[in-house]
Amino acid sequence: MHNNQIQHKIHFRENKEFHFREEIMEKVKQIISRYPEGKQKSALLPILHIAQEENCGHLSVDVMDYVAQLLGIQSIEVYEVATFYSQFYLEKQGKYVIELCKTASCAICGGEDILDFIKEKLNIQEGETTDDKLFTLKTVECLGGCGYAPVMQVNTEFYEFLDRQKIDSIIDELRSKANDEKAKASTWAEKFC
Amino acid sequence: MGRKILLDKIDIPGILGFDVYRNNGGYSAVEKALKTMSPDQVLDEVKKSGIRGRGGAGFPAGMKWSFLDRSTNNPRYLICNADESEPGTFKDRYLMEKLPHLLIEGLIVSSYALGANTCFIYIRGEFKYLVGILEKAIFEARKNGFIGKNILSSGYSLDIYVHPGAGAYICGEETALIESLEGKRGNPRIKPPFPASKGLYQCPTVVNNVETLASIGPIIIMGGEEYAKIGTGKSTGTKLISASGHINQPGVYEIEMGISVEDFIYLDEYCGGIRGSKKLKAIVAGGSSVPVLPENLVFKTAKNETRLMTYESLAEGGFESGTMLGSGGLIVYDEDACMVRNTWNFSRFYHHESCGQCSPCREGTGWMEKVLYRIEHGQGRIEDIDLLVNISKNIEGNTICPLGDAAAWPVASAIRHFREEFEFHVKHPEKIKNKDHGNIQKLFVP
Repeated sequence: MHNNQIQHKIHFRENKEFHFREEIMEKVKQIISRYPEGKQKSALLPILHIAQEENCGHLSVDVMDYVAQLLGIQSIEVYEVATFYSQFYLEKQGKYVIELCKTASCAICGGEDILDFIKEKLNIQEGETTDDKLFTLKTVECLGGCGYAPVMQVNTEFYEFLDRQKIDSIIDELRSKANDEKAKASTWAEKFC
Repeated sequence: MGRKILLDKIDIPGILGFDVYRNNGGYSAVEKALKTMSPDQVLDEVKKSGIRGRGGAGFPAGMKWSFLDRSTNNPRYLICNADESEPGTFKDRYLMEKLPHLLIEGLIVSSYALGANTCFIYIRGEFKYLVGILEKAIFEARKNGFIGKNILSSGYSLDIYVHPGAGAYICGEETALIESLEGKRGNPRIKPPFPASKGLYQCPTVVNNVETLASIGPIIIMGGEEYAKIGTGKSTGTKLISASGHINQPGVYEIEMGISVEDFIYLDEYCGGIRGSKKLKAIVAGGSSVPVLPENLVFKTAKNETRLMTYESLAEGGFESGTMLGSGGLIVYDEDACMVRNTWNFSRFYHHESCGQCSPCREGTGWMEKVLYRIEHGQGRIEDIDLLVNISKNIEGNTICPLGDAAAWPVASAIRHFREEFEFHVKHPEKIKNKDHGNIQKLFVP
């Protein structure tokens, strides 16, 4: 965690106009209000999740500055958090981020072969994005689905007991719904009541 | 079939919803506690139950609660640790997905006992889909008067919120979790002060695992003494075991503590034996952090006693010939599994998850990963094996939090029990080129 993200290419002033849409802002304010007065910084993680989704799946410096301003904290307090947690991406990602578990049970129950298969199928290496910007392939440490190994998540949707056939159908399905607005995945903002 | 206390209602259709849960006896622990018991009486029952923390450390929950600083007027907090990230462990996820109201009920009763008016569920970010399930359960409980102001006219008020993490194993450590909940990097704090006196926002705080807190409702209903009758010795009650690896029926099982490891692995009602009728090679009993056990120590202890699924029996023999129940994450390896490759896998995990605060852990985990990588890939040196033992000894006990120990133990124990396999890797690099080289006995056949 401490060593991997330093090399990321950080995107600076790419979206100076970034701000939350009105309906998202309402949700954000409600989340902030859950924490005691003066402790609004506590809302940083949930709000970064929402900001990342609203900014096409990654955090740029502009977005982080905006969140800092919103919470009344220094920008550096946001940067240091965004670079610590592996679910925050500082680089542009494909529309679907495939994160395959490579730890423990997933590794011994066929996960290594699944990784080779996905690489071959998408013709990319770990950490790369397909030319059509649809898929980014990553491997991650334990997803907490060891009994259903091998597992992966695609934009935090879980897929379990993976085999080659399943990978084929998952990727085909994602390709076919990529342009379908109705098939939009569930968002962080709507998870909070 | 053992008694089920946590998962007994899991098969009832619609149990995710408040009404069905309530109609099946749900929230009666809240009624009992808030209407007929004082907070101290609830605490007494939890103490009597003998329940030990289910997250991994196994510290008695009642004792942890009694340490809470009650002398100040500062707000008190209860935090439910749902940052389940220990490799091999997936029980909390299962519990929250199937029985969210059981957890919420436990949180209300526990918060009441502790005098906490705010409770946070810190859940790992990867469990995004569970955030919706929990928020909905909280919403329903609030609508029905079990959360909010003046619950059941008792004068007691409580708010419960779900707080997502963002992918950091270290945030399962309670002080790192508190830092993270305050919106910071997950760097563990130096203890003391302990969270019981200075935790979230420097206020008295208790952090407990999901399974521990979900057990509080049943404990209050049946009484601490009754609960303590289940299990053996200091391992009271039932425990959720996450079983994975080379077994026929991976999954989450609720066991009465005290059944034998052999029964758990081979009986059809549990793991159902080893996949493909292969032989057992080793187990990791309580999540990746605990020492690995070779086959000859799995079913019997070094004293030739039957090994049981309890805190004491799994620890029998210390680190020489025992292990730990930990979080109850059981990973089973068959005869073809490579212990060097597995140890490298674990080391890579700890290197990735080290927060980087303490040098022995930050540098040592990466060093061990590199050395293990080269042994597994045929570039090892014979002195590397003792080097690994040396590094692990220099990490252990020299870090702020237990992640350093957790990184050291799997390496030290794998070398202790499987040294010949490490030596084989060094001496026969040509024979380990193929990935399937775990069974060195087979490789010796001409």
